[in-house]
Amino acid sequence: MALYPNVQIGDGTLANIGWLQELPDTVTKIVWDNYASVSLKTAERLHLKEGDVITLTAGDQSIAIPTHIQPGLHDGVVAVAVGYGRTSAGKVGNEVGVDAYKLAVVKDGEVIFAGQAADIKKTGNHIQLVTTQGHDSMEGRQLVVQATNKDYQESKEANIHRHHTWSIWSGHQYNGHKWGMAIDLNSCTGCSACMTACQSENNIHVVGKKYVMQGREMHWIRIDRYYTGDVENAETVFQPVTCQHCDNAPCETVCPVAATSHTDEGLNDMVYNRCVGTRYCSNNCPYKVRRFNWFNYAKLIEKPMHMHLNPEVTVRPRGVMEKCTFCVQRIKEGKNKAKVEGRPLKDGDIKVACEAACPADVIAFGDLNDENSRVAKVFKAEPRAYALLEEWHARPSIRYMSKIRNNDQVTPASEHGHGEAHKNESAHEEGGRA
Amino acid sequence: MSQMNRNPLVLGNKTMADVTDDICAPLERFPSKGWMSLFLSAKALFLFYIATIAMVISTGIGLLGVNHPVAWGTMIVTFVFWIGIGHAGTLISAILFLFRQKWRTSVARTAEAMTVFAVMTAGIFPLIHTGRPWLDFWLFPYPNQRGPLWVNFRSPLLWDVFAVSTYATVSTVFWFIGLIPDFATIKDRAQNKIRRTVYGALSLGWRGTAKNWSHYEMVYLVLAGLSTPLVLSVHTIVSFDFAVSNLPGWHTTIFPPYFVAGAIFSGFAMVITLMTMIRIGWPEFQNYITLDHMEVMNKIIMMTGMMVGYAYASEFLIAWYSGNEYERYVFMNRAMGPYAWSYWIMISCNVIIPQLFWFKKLRRSIPVMFVVSIFVNIGMWFERFVITVTSLHRDFLPSNWGQYAWSIYDTCILAGSFGMFLTIFLLYLRVFPAISIAEIKPVLHVGRDDKKGGH
Repeated sequence: MALYPNVQIGDGTLANIGWLQELPDTVTKIVWDNYASVSLKTAERLHLKEGDVITLTAGDQSIAIPTHIQPGLHDGVVAVAVGYGRTSAGKVGNEVGVDAYKLAVVKDGEVIFAGQAADIKKTGNHIQLVTTQGHDSMEGRQLVVQATNKDYQESKEANIHRHHTWSIWSGHQYNGHKWGMAIDLNSCTGCSACMTACQSENNIHVVGKKYVMQGREMHWIRIDRYYTGDVENAETVFQPVTCQHCDNAPCETVCPVAATSHTDEGLNDMVYNRCVGTRYCSNNCPYKVRRFNWFNYAKLIEKPMHMHLNPEVTVRPRGVMEKCTFCVQRIKEGKNKAKVEGRPLKDGDIKVACEAACPADVIAFGDLNDENSRVAKVFKAEPRAYALLEEWHARPSIRYMSKIRNNDQVTPASEHGHGEAHKNESAHEEGGRA
Repeated sequence: MSQMNRNPLVLGNKTMADVTDDICAPLERFPSKGWMSLFLSAKALFLFYIATIAMVISTGIGLLGVNHPVAWGTMIVTFVFWIGIGHAGTLISAILFLFRQKWRTSVARTAEAMTVFAVMTAGIFPLIHTGRPWLDFWLFPYPNQRGPLWVNFRSPLLWDVFAVSTYATVSTVFWFIGLIPDFATIKDRAQNKIRRTVYGALSLGWRGTAKNWSHYEMVYLVLAGLSTPLVLSVHTIVSFDFAVSNLPGWHTTIFPPYFVAGAIFSGFAMVITLMTMIRIGWPEFQNYITLDHMEVMNKIIMMTGMMVGYAYASEFLIAWYSGNEYERYVFMNRAMGPYAWSYWIMISCNVIIPQLFWFKKLRRSIPVMFVVSIFVNIGMWFERFVITVTSLHRDFLPSNWGQYAWSIYDTCILAGSFGMFLTIFLLYLRVFPAISIAEIKPVLHVGRDDKKGGH
């Protein structure tokens, strides 16, 4: 058995923060709960299904906790996050999950969290574990491009299938700035700091377990996590996905009241006041990054909690669509500052919230019309860069850079390109979604 | 010269006076217990529907199962369902009129009433499915003091606003014009002053003069001409809501003809459902709405059923032929994914069950056609469910995949819409002549000689 503090609430001191409870776990993508992770083989052996409540006994202590089946976990391990099941954390953190500290033992004055033998018994009860990601396989689609070091040495564009796209329309003209973002999948660890930074910057609401289960989480940026390779010994890849600020934005054309429209700096603006809430834009978005205010969440903010809101960002009322703005308030601030100081805007003057929070420098934001900006270089010259769903010709303003694994294997031909057979069917499909 | 001998359109050797008496009878007698009980249940359901809508509007659309990624659900599915129902009415009353199909006469009035009420029922949904229904008027282009802010003419939803409102207007006017001579008849038969005044006002001063008739027939013909393209255009534009967006499973060119065929299919099924019930409730109508009429409509159901069946197959072929991996996946997922049950309900109800109508005995059997028509109605609701939900729930990025979170409010909205439709329809049966008196008389067999043919 292994007890561990997780990325979200650590040892449990942060359990009363709604942002963190609703922050999906880096790997499992489960929110608002802790659980006993077991491997596929162990689950099969003990006839466990996702969410089956087990009695986990270590020494003379035992807890009842739901099971989560985790691809890639060692068959002999059951892993439980500590810090849950608190009784005096506060309104948010009380009674979320189960207290796993009970299972730790003190030996020679030291607390031992891992290595004890544990016993698992099925209780017959079931708890719905709620995840923000319903499906774990890329289904052979070109989403996260991976290559090995050897592939990379052969071709820097290894495994990227480029599409020939063309249009009879010359496209929008961007004469001033043209904002863009570059995301390096090679460095992303999936830590999800960007998600909480974004939530804090942009006044994004927390909706709670029940509504995440119904698919109503509000995160503007999310980290997609896919398993690749062998199911039992799966490898994990991460991909931060936010509004791609497409040049040919599918959302813009379908809004009947033109509430989402294109700016001359390439942003895909949402005019909250104008939005009637037909949700057509969300349906037509190939990346599904738009979020809808299903209820009047803003009304639930009690004084003085309204003081934690960012005054630069509109609090959205019920019935309107929202999504990543590329931190338009920070763009404005940066431009104003440069103007006041009487100098042109430099690359790096504007740091969007996710970029600022990223510890691994995965995200770069900047002006594509500035030849020397980091993003412009990626867009023009980086061979690892590719657009997500390039063939759909939405012409996104975000480029991803492929993930290079440091090993000497060469990816077999069948593993990349189109129509790749999906070997890694997920252990639990759309688990947690009602 | 020999002439094809067709069965008379009206049975029972009716005289002109019999026709008027029979058709006016339901309006002039006290409602039966059967009607009362049906009406009260429909009314209760309707009130329940209003309460549900009030809750959804006051709390938020989140009460329904719509979510991320399935942002359109029951309301849009049921909207398309009811709009589709309407199409048979216009086809019968306008297209068959232009093609001089005399059998249409007995069913045209009620079929068109069904159209008007179905469009009313449908029209509620686009208005209440939005996040902020109180701002729906922004969807109409009119000069305003907000900039002025204009609508986005590139959005298929906007085309829908025009298509549906035009359709509602034209079919209501067409229906009402057809009623004028009959209103005058009822006014003339009225036994009390209120009745005389109300029907007198509705008949717009109809005198039955030659000039009246000449104008009437001209207007009727013109409106039939106007309605005819609408049968094709309205559901074409409704299908654009899906076909013009770029979602796999929606973005297909087959949608316009497929939707129109499906609409006529479901509409005729609803006509059969309603007509079988009218024949039971008002047995005197059995001489006017004969088994021959029902049989013809059942043939149309079978034909349009095969057309939608062809469309289902063709979609699969094109998804495969396109080589588009997303498109292929969506169709495999429809037939074998988590919503496969809805797909197979659709196939069974729309393609397999109507095949019963190959047998003459079955397509002339009232119980059989009633059951088949109910299945077709169910199947066509599921067709729209399959199109809307299964395309949205698994699209491009597998990380977004999820399922529709069906809630009790979805059930209430769906059931309640039937309460609304049936309430209005049952009222109609009591206050409007359900068969056109003026149009039935010219198709009577009176004065014709079967043996020699001609007059």
